[in-house]
Amino acid sequence: MEQRIVIEPITRIEGHARISLLLDCNGAVHDAHFQVTQVRGFEQFIVGRPFFEMPALTARTCGICPVSHALASAKACDQLLAVAIPPTAKNLRRILNFGQIIQSHALSFFYLAAPDLLLGMDHPPETRNFFNIAKIEPQFARDGIRLRQFGQQVIERLAGRRIHPTWVVPGGVNAPLQQTARDAILSEIPEIKALAANHLVRLKQSLEQYEEYIRIFARFPSLFLGLTDKAGRLEYYDGGVRIIDAQGAAVADGLAAGDYQTYIGEAVEPWTFLKFPYYKPLGYPGGMYRVGPLARLNIAAACGTELADRELTAFRSLDAGPVSSSFHYHYARLIEMLHAVEMIELLLTDPTILDPHVRAEAGLNNREGVGMTEAPRGVLIHHYKVDEDGLIEWANLIIATGHNNLAMNKGILQAAQHYLTGGRLHEGLLNRIEAVIRAFDPCLACSTHAVGAMPLVVELVAPDGEIVAQICR
Amino acid sequence: MTPIPPHPPETAQTLNLTINGRQVSAQAGETILEAARANDIFIPTLCFLEGLSAQGSCRLCMVEIAGSAKLHPACVTRIQEGMEVTTETERLRDYRRNIIELLFSERNHVCAVCVASGHCELQDLASELGVDHISFPCRYPTLAVDASHRRFVLDHNRCILCTRCVRVCAEIEGAHTWDVKNRGIRSLIMADFDAPWGDSETCTGCGKCVHVCPTGALFEKGLAVAEMRKQRPALPTLVANRATEQR
Repeated sequence: MEQRIVIEPITRIEGHARISLLLDCNGAVHDAHFQVTQVRGFEQFIVGRPFFEMPALTARTCGICPVSHALASAKACDQLLAVAIPPTAKNLRRILNFGQIIQSHALSFFYLAAPDLLLGMDHPPETRNFFNIAKIEPQFARDGIRLRQFGQQVIERLAGRRIHPTWVVPGGVNAPLQQTARDAILSEIPEIKALAANHLVRLKQSLEQYEEYIRIFARFPSLFLGLTDKAGRLEYYDGGVRIIDAQGAAVADGLAAGDYQTYIGEAVEPWTFLKFPYYKPLGYPGGMYRVGPLARLNIAAACGTELADRELTAFRSLDAGPVSSSFHYHYARLIEMLHAVEMIELLLTDPTILDPHVRAEAGLNNREGVGMTEAPRGVLIHHYKVDEDGLIEWANLIIATGHNNLAMNKGILQAAQHYLTGGRLHEGLLNRIEAVIRAFDPCLACSTHAVGAMPLVVELVAPDGEIVAQICR
Repeated sequence: MTPIPPHPPETAQTLNLTINGRQVSAQAGETILEAARANDIFIPTLCFLEGLSAQGSCRLCMVEIAGSAKLHPACVTRIQEGMEVTTETERLRDYRRNIIELLFSERNHVCAVCVASGHCELQDLASELGVDHISFPCRYPTLAVDASHRRFVLDHNRCILCTRCVRVCAEIEGAHTWDVKNRGIRSLIMADFDAPWGDSETCTGCGKCVHVCPTGALFEKGLAVAEMRKQRPALPTLVANRATEQR
């Protein structure tokens, strides 16, 4: 008899979800559903609001990445104003984005993923957490906290506060950078750079012990999608969309953000609130692609900074073509953190960063705008249409976790097929499936714009819909 | 003919009263609020603004008077000789908190994404009175934003119907663009005969209504969250200066 296994709740991810494993008559897993059980609301309730509110309002989608939403939103609003923002404002927004990437990556790696990596997947779940890491490896925990603190302080020193700053506005930012803030950040760069580099070395040295996970965790050929600059280097704020195939060949390059609807489709499945974006020319679900740290490093010709470029060369040697195991999202995240620290230093040492002209003022000059940036988890799109008075008439937000939805489902199926034996649910299976999802660092609150919180379950379900087994935390 | 001499100026009578047990004196004809403010005694207000007619509608300035069982609005109650006024009691604080909570529950006040956050009298009073939750069910009405004016925006979601805008426009600017339509809980501020603000024939675009508005209901277009700093015009000075010029 066909059965379904449900894992709920999935822990240590941003948001809440459940997993259904569909079993065939022989008790083998034939499909997996990663169900996001939160409902989407932002695209609806921002309708009728003035577009000037959007950067701060849409940032409320998430307390982890408010800066990313504010930036994508402000870029869409810049287009409504039809202005080119002052170059200093653009660079300040870039630094803010790098601060965001550092704090989010540090959270993902040190707080959420490290318990699996350092304590092991079979460590009892009740002590497989960050507090136990702090007890067993206090220096590791301290370093993680320090890296996240640095990222948060970059945001605070630029934007006035760590969470939900209102500094990013349509047309630029609302205050220039103070010299004291710049100097404070610059003085901490050497320490932070060393920390980021050390933990990268440590992960590289320990990769051998994760060989099984590298082999099993969402390792399959797929497209990769991300932003690059004109020279093909890493770009997180501006740039064009580049898509490569599983062999590393460019499928598309320099695609404009404003045309995203011509190359990205959004499929809907009845069993989840999270949509399934796909590359349109290849159809659904064949147009599956991955975004985020792994995709960005696979796509970029170079990072553009000294230390990160050296690391990129080593990273590239992992596979003949693009690095295909999603376990290496963790590795890519650490390289990106190092790159972000180098970029912050580079941008802050340019004296024009203190230029007081940081805001372009204009009225409504366009009725439609699309903003695209690289958020920590991948490409983020905000798309607005406004009426003649500048009130939002329609909005579409595509969040990184959504882009990765097809790949996450496929990764869960791959792990379940490998680890589910005898149609029996056990902790080891639960933990490994969760760890696959955690590699993508999904943010479900963002991707469905949910309000409120819900727990998660893994369930086994028969073809007639009967739940034959269930694990909850 | 000998001109008739003008009436001698009325010598203002000074009255003595106590506020919160403190002996104070003020001129006859003054309100409790004026007497209190002249003596640095704080009484919360929202609809009251110096220089505009007082209407006593928000009820935040209610005070207790010895010998009277009911509460009295300080902004429209004149002082009397020997009056014993109390402005701070647990009962008054409870009522004031209730009023603030009711204002929040009535419309869609979301400080986190409001243009006036950090510069809002409603927010300040909530903070001052320790309102950290709303104990009444919120109504969440569906109210449109009027962004038809070239320079300003009216957001009914944040309006508390204090009518400062109505009074400043009628009494100081002399345009009387604003008024209130409907009744009770359905009341809304309207321009002219319920025209979009941008189509108003009487609005002079002076912006006084925007700056006397205690919340983010009226604000300047193009400002993002927390950027609307209200510059309350000194209305008595403004009027006095005009009178000087006319002479």
